[in-house]
Amino acid sequence: MSQSLRPYLQCVRASLTAALALSDFASQTSERHNVPEIEAQSSPELLLNPLTISRNENEKVLIEPSVNSVRLSIRIKQSDEIEHILVHKFTRFLTQRAESFFILRRKPVKGYDISFLVCNAHTEAMLKHKLVDFIIQFMEEVDKEISEMKLFLNARARFVAESFLTPFD
Amino acid sequence: MASPEIHHLFHNPIADHSFSPDKGTLAVARDNNVELYGKEGNKFSLTDELKGHEKTVTGVDIAPNSGRIVTCSQDRNAYVWERTESGWKPTLVLLRINRAATFVRWSPSEQKFAVGSGARVIAVCYFEEENDWWISKHLKKPIRSTITTLAWHPNSVLLAAGSTDSHARVFSSYIKGIDTRPEPSAWGERLPFNTICGEFLNDSAGWIHGVSFSPSGNALAFTGHDSSVTVVYPSAPEQPPRAMLNITTRYLPLNSLIWNGENEIIAAGHDCEPYRFQGDESGWQLAGTIENKTGAGAGSVREESALNMFRQMDLKGQSQVDTQLKTVHQNTISTVRIYEETNGNVNKFSTSGVDGRVVIWTI
Repeated sequence: MSQSLRPYLQCVRASLTAALALSDFASQTSERHNVPEIEAQSSPELLLNPLTISRNENEKVLIEPSVNSVRLSIRIKQSDEIEHILVHKFTRFLTQRAESFFILRRKPVKGYDISFLVCNAHTEAMLKHKLVDFIIQFMEEVDKEISEMKLFLNARARFVAESFLTPFD
Repeated sequence: MASPEIHHLFHNPIADHSFSPDKGTLAVARDNNVELYGKEGNKFSLTDELKGHEKTVTGVDIAPNSGRIVTCSQDRNAYVWERTESGWKPTLVLLRINRAATFVRWSPSEQKFAVGSGARVIAVCYFEEENDWWISKHLKKPIRSTITTLAWHPNSVLLAAGSTDSHARVFSSYIKGIDTRPEPSAWGERLPFNTICGEFLNDSAGWIHGVSFSPSGNALAFTGHDSSVTVVYPSAPEQPPRAMLNITTRYLPLNSLIWNGENEIIAAGHDCEPYRFQGDESGWQLAGTIENKTGAGAGSVREESALNMFRQMDLKGQSQVDTQLKTVHQNTISTVRIYEETNGNVNKFSTSGVDGRVVIWTI
C-alpha cells in the first residue's frame, strides 16, 4: 500500500463507521412508508452534511449520511482514455448485478463511478464492521484491478499488433 | 461485578423490550409481532405472541401494576393488551395520527400512556369510561419533526420528548379528571395541558435519541446523535435552566439512557456496550464502560498454528476470523431499561439491541 493510500483509507473507514449509526425510521412525509431518507430527500432535518474525502483530483469518496441510510460514492482513478473505458465497463458489469450485491446502487451519483446505498436493514442483517471492511477492500482492490486490466490490455494489443504486422516485414 | 446474564432470543432486531414486575415475563418487539417469553429456570422461552400489527412494532411497555401491555407500530396504531382467560385481548387506541407511531411508555400512575409519532405529535392516551375506549389528546405545538423518544416524570404529568428536530422538550400532559394536580416544582407551578416547561438544544444540534428524568424528577438528561449526553437542571418556571452540562464523547452515538441515583447515568448505543457517566450540577464526566471485555472475541487467544491458519483459509477463504465483536452485544443497543432498583438506585438494568439479545447487567 502506498504512503498516501493508507491515511486516505483510514479516513474513509473512520467516517463511514460514524456514518453507519443508522436507525429504523419510518417516513414522516408519506403514510405507511419506510424509505431511505437520503434518496427521498423529503425532510432536510433528517440529512446530515455530505462529506467528500479526496486523495487527489481523480480519486475521491462522497459520503452522504442520513437518519436511516448512507450513500457512498467512489470516483475511481482514471488517468487516461483506456482507464476511463475500463472503469466504465467494470462498474457497468457490477451494477448490472446489483441485486446480488445488496448494498450496490444501480446508478452512480453524478460525478462518481460507483455508488453504494447502505440502509438500516443492511446494518441490521449484516455485521457493520464487516460492511466497512468490504467497502475499504473494494477501494483497495479496484485500483489494482484496473491497472492489471490495463497492463493485460496493452500486452494483448502489442501481441495483436505484432502478429498483424508479421506478414509485412 | 457479576457477569451479565445473556439471553439470545433470535436473530432479528429487538426494537424495544419490557419486563413484567415479577421479571417472569419478557415482552419483545420482533418485526410485526410482540413476543412474550416466560422464564423457565435460567432461560426465557416463547410462551405467547401478540399479533395484530401490520408493520414493524416500534414500542412495547408492560404496566408494572395492572400488567397491561401497550404496543405501537409503524402502521400508525397502538393496542392495549389485556390478559383474559382465552388469551390476550387487544383494544385499539384512537391515536388519530397519520404517520408511524415510534415510541410508547406508560405513565408511572398507569392512568395514561404517551405515544410518539412521525406526524409531529405526541398522543397522550387515557381510558374513557363512558365510551369504554382509549382516547387521546395531542401535544403538537412546537414539534417540528418525528418524535424519537419519550420519558415520564415521576409525577405522571410532565413528559419529556426527544425529536429529530434536535430539541428535547418537557411538556405538561395534565388531563382533567385523570390526574391529580401536581406539586409545584422547578419545572412549573400551574401546568395546563400542552404547557412547554422546557425546550433544550445542545451545541451541535444532533437528533435526540434518548431522554430520561432523574429519580427525583428535578433533572433531565438526553443523548444526541452528536455522541453527547446533556444534563439539564431547571431553575424556576419561565427561567433559563440553572445548569446545562454537555458531555461529549469520542464514541458512536448513544441511543438510550437511564439514571442511577442523582449522580450517575448509564447510556448505551451504537458502540454495543453501556457506558457510565458521573457527576453533579458542577460538572459531569465519562466514567468508563461497564463491560469488562475478557470474553472470547476478536483478538483473544486463538490457536495460532500454521495448520489452523491453512484450515481457516481452506474452509472460509480467510486466514483469521474476526466476525465477533468483543462486546456482549454484537450490534447496536437500542433500549436500556431499569431491571431492579431500590429507592432510585439501580441494582440491575437490561439492554436489548439489533442483534436479538436481551442482556441483564448487575452493577
